[in-house]
Amino acid sequence: MSNEICRVEIVDTAIAAGEIVAAVKDGADGAVCVFDGIVRDNTRGRRTLYLDYEAYREMALEQMRGLAAEAVARFGVRDVAMVHRLGRLMVGETSVLIVVASAHRAAAFEACRWMIDSLKKTVPIWKRETFADGAVWAAGEPFPEELAIHPRGDAE
Amino acid sequence: MRVRLLTFGVLRDMAGLSDETVELKEGATVGELIEILRGRTSNDSTGNGADEGIWRSLAAAVNREYSSLAEVLREGDEVALLPPVSGGCGER
Repeated sequence: MSNEICRVEIVDTAIAAGEIVAAVKDGADGAVCVFDGIVRDNTRGRRTLYLDYEAYREMALEQMRGLAAEAVARFGVRDVAMVHRLGRLMVGETSVLIVVASAHRAAAFEACRWMIDSLKKTVPIWKRETFADGAVWAAGEPFPEELAIHPRGDAE
Repeated sequence: MRVRLLTFGVLRDMAGLSDETVELKEGATVGELIEILRGRTSNDSTGNGADEGIWRSLAAAVNREYSSLAEVLREGDEVALLPPVSGGCGER
């Protein structure tokens, strides 16, 4: 029944969003939910020129594969795709694409939201933001309690 | 014994190297390796307190699996020190 493929990739060139979405669709689906994460032109009032993404590539891929498999198991969706781009990205370019195909829309929305939220907490990818007036490594989200090496509130 | 140490993001900039081999005593843990690196960066950087937060917020991976501070290392392990991740797009 489920023609599941779970396309998971880390790429160094533009993400072909339309092509990936089309490839995921199947006759059994009633809904395809797409999250297209793009580079915004500002952060907290500073004008962004571009972002540089880097990854612990092998581990990031393994983590992304784990998230894809868990999304299918947890939400009962038919198939998912998760593609992240590395390197220098300009304003408006896609950094991450998540596609979820499902018989029903509720599960597709939920799985898509869960996948991007989880990626931003556990997949080892980092971005350096270059603004018109300087550059910084983006402050990431704190690791989930079970992954952090110092539990929160653990005073030294 | 020797392990391979990988650092990323802001931590890589602080440590100065992204990929190096580190000599450790037998039975050393992830926590001990972190203390060695921490001692080294506080000696040769500006020593400003702003960098301290990074050591509190790290995660570590051994052979590409998240690990604890207490994990005992073995010859040839690949240890990665990971600042909070910031993949995807935009703010939380």
